[in-house]
Amino acid sequence: MLKTSPFHPRTSALVRAQTWRRWAGYQMASAYDPHPDREYACIRNSAALIDVSPLYKYRIAGRDAMRLIDRTITRDMTKLKPGQVYYTPWCDGEGKVIDDGTVSRLDDTTYRLTSADSSLRWLRMNAVGLEVAIEDISERVGTLSIQGPLSRAILSQVSPADLAGLKYFRLVDSTVRGIPVNISRTGYTGDLGYEIWVDGSRALDLWDALMEAGAPYGLAPAGVWALDIARIEAGLIMMDVDYFSAHHALIEQRKSTPYEINLGWAVSAGKGPFNGRSALAAERRRGAAWGFVGLEVEWNSFERLYAAHGLPPQISNIAWRASAPIYISGRQVGYATSGCWSPLLKQSLALAHLRAPHFAPGTLVELETTVEHRRERAGAVVRKLPFFDPDRKKA
Amino acid sequence: MSARYDAIVVGGGHNGLVAAAYLARAGRKTLVLERRPMIGGAAVTEEVFPGFKFSVFSYVVSLLRPEIIRELDLPRHGLQILPLESTVTPLDNGDYLASWSDPDETRRELCRHSTHDADAAVVFGRLMHHMAMAVKPILGMVPPDPTSLSPGDLAGLLKLGGHFRSLGAERFHALHKLMTMSSADYLDEWFEFDALKATKSASGIIGTFLGPRSPGTAYVLLHHYMGELDGAFRAWGFHKGGTGAISETIARAARAHGAEIRTGAAVARVLVRDGRTTGVALENGDEIQANVVVSGLDPRLTFTRLVDPKDLPDPLVEGVRRFKFRGSSGKVNLALAGLPNFTCMPGLGPHLRGAISISPSVDYLERAYDDAKYGEFSEHPYMDIVLPSMIDPDMAPPGKHVMSIFVQYAPYHLNGGWTDARREAFGDAVVKTLAKYAPNIESLILHRQVLTPDDIERITGLSEGNIFQGELALQQLFFLRPVPEWAKYRTPIRGYWQCGAGTHPGGGIMGASGRLAAREIVKATT
Repeated sequence: MLKTSPFHPRTSALVRAQTWRRWAGYQMASAYDPHPDREYACIRNSAALIDVSPLYKYRIAGRDAMRLIDRTITRDMTKLKPGQVYYTPWCDGEGKVIDDGTVSRLDDTTYRLTSADSSLRWLRMNAVGLEVAIEDISERVGTLSIQGPLSRAILSQVSPADLAGLKYFRLVDSTVRGIPVNISRTGYTGDLGYEIWVDGSRALDLWDALMEAGAPYGLAPAGVWALDIARIEAGLIMMDVDYFSAHHALIEQRKSTPYEINLGWAVSAGKGPFNGRSALAAERRRGAAWGFVGLEVEWNSFERLYAAHGLPPQISNIAWRASAPIYISGRQVGYATSGCWSPLLKQSLALAHLRAPHFAPGTLVELETTVEHRRERAGAVVRKLPFFDPDRKKA
Repeated sequence: MSARYDAIVVGGGHNGLVAAAYLARAGRKTLVLERRPMIGGAAVTEEVFPGFKFSVFSYVVSLLRPEIIRELDLPRHGLQILPLESTVTPLDNGDYLASWSDPDETRRELCRHSTHDADAAVVFGRLMHHMAMAVKPILGMVPPDPTSLSPGDLAGLLKLGGHFRSLGAERFHALHKLMTMSSADYLDEWFEFDALKATKSASGIIGTFLGPRSPGTAYVLLHHYMGELDGAFRAWGFHKGGTGAISETIARAARAHGAEIRTGAAVARVLVRDGRTTGVALENGDEIQANVVVSGLDPRLTFTRLVDPKDLPDPLVEGVRRFKFRGSSGKVNLALAGLPNFTCMPGLGPHLRGAISISPSVDYLERAYDDAKYGEFSEHPYMDIVLPSMIDPDMAPPGKHVMSIFVQYAPYHLNGGWTDARREAFGDAVVKTLAKYAPNIESLILHRQVLTPDDIERITGLSEGNIFQGELALQQLFFLRPVPEWAKYRTPIRGYWQCGAGTHPGGGIMGASGRLAAREIVKATT
């Protein structure tokens, strides 16, 4: 039996075409409308309310909480101040990425870690000998993400928190219409936005408060389809879509290091011992064998493939998640793992793994695509991620 | 003021801005001169009432060419076209006819009224797809002159001939019907439900002084299906910030390529010496030198106002004099304290994020035309209504709304002429008609802006208030737009060019005229 989120009584009444999907064992809305067009537009134009409760959440507290997390993740925990949030991967002993998520420092000795996959066993294994309490709060805490240019205006209608003063990747304890919440300026859209963490027992009150306050601002609930387009534009990766967790990969070749998935910036070179440190240091010296980049499909070549059949280009309003080979001069040099048509950038985008040295921005490649049942290759250009990075995200 | 330019564009409407962007992109030192304090021409957003932003004239992006979006990199300069999801036609019996963004929902809705029409719509849609594919290449082509024997024209005609032959007999015949029939007659061949025919035929009359039963209107229907081809590309919809924001976006692209844009700079005339242009004279007396002057204004202003018609051949002047403008539409913009409540769909609903079409029957539209034919505005007009603030909340204060009402017919040549009193009477007729379908509308109005064709001419300069710089009638299209032999953006004055919607293909926020003109200029001056 799939689980349902604390917001399910509200979301389920709004999913018009019964378009549900599985997400970490939960039944979640793909879209509320039959198509995600408007929900996506809300993320970039007004604001969208997205139920992200299926994230795994852990409360890590105690004298050695910081040490546990520091030895687990690749970033330097000694620099994370109370009220601050990190986005970070974590690796196995070989430096291969197990998962990626956020670490929030709630107070001096209390942290919240989120992950795509269940992480309790891994955290406990790393906690041997440490004085720390790890609590799985995944089901107890509901998370609502409010994302879009008007998200701050809406949230400030119902919360006394100083949202203008709340910087990117910072958090604050506050209330929404009297409901105790924790608000972090984070999200999975690359836009201005907040994630609101609430006790499951008050989840519906929170939903109602935000929906009511947001109505005059064009707030609409958005499902995973819309979120998926936004996260590709923002160049944000997804575990087991864009890379395999080292704990899931059946063969070695499927594993990736942070350097190979564009997360090298999140590996601290100077910090103390952590999982994968020496392997990653060696890779840093050697240079990564793979790069993870953006691809922009060259429209004219794409259009020509369809014109040959007398068709206008066929564009889907839903992102794809599949492996598509990438070539240079007829030789395969990599593969794309997900992509979409960007309604905002008017470009066909893809996230791709490319072998060294082919991942330099501006490199011309060919991306395999199926047109009228035939495998064809469309021209594409390597781009630095993210594709879309508005000032308002951090302003 | 001794700066010399390679090219001066007269008029900062969207086509002028597109032309300027392409000229600057080709390395030409380019200056745009706009008379008004803001750029955009008929694509402007103004805060007419405090806190309420109106797309004063043009209110939706029609068919902004995808190649322009790409070549000028408009997304990087702020392009953001939002989906307009539906069209709802309230019916006189309290019911409605709706077309939704989901084809299955639309088909089920149509079945409520006529299963025959629901089936027919699928096949009709396929035919229109093919028709749009047939016409699409023409939008991107400089019209060849069928009476000319020059190699360029012959090559263009051959290409066109080959293109039409490749359609096959069935589609060629369908295209011929579309080119010659009235939209009502054409739709009669397909559908039985009157409100459906009326709503579809409404797109055939927009901007023309013709009724749904006038021959030639079927072609304009086709124009709307062009958007279907670019459907996923979303060259059609509502631009964030209104249509003025599109003008700003194109202007940013033009500036990024080095173009200079001046507002409040009215051009008095184009300077001509020995049959070629040397620049322009501004109304303030300044003269600015340039090798190329491009007029983004309509054909009447381009050939009889900016230059002395005496410098032009008689057939051209005569042709421009006969070119039909006769504006037929007006605009009513409302600032609203809340949302209208439609009797056919009470309360808040998805219909408020789409278009509301007041087109209950073909007779209704034809009667609206009858009023105009005899010199009166329609007592019960056709209206295309959108609530931009429902799509982009930034258009009005939270909880409040702006409503854009495109109204037809309002004849430029009104019996007795337009006066303030007649303008308000026209506004009253619009609100009264709307109140039949949304009774609370009058109580919501905080501010009302009424624009007649006379106002449109006075404010934007568009002759006789024609929103397309001249009717999109068959005798004024392609190699006949604006005048035979002068349909390739050139004029008889060397260095003087035209790039407005009065040239092929014209009409709507497409930008195609501006792009094609700029390309011809670059080709001719390289």
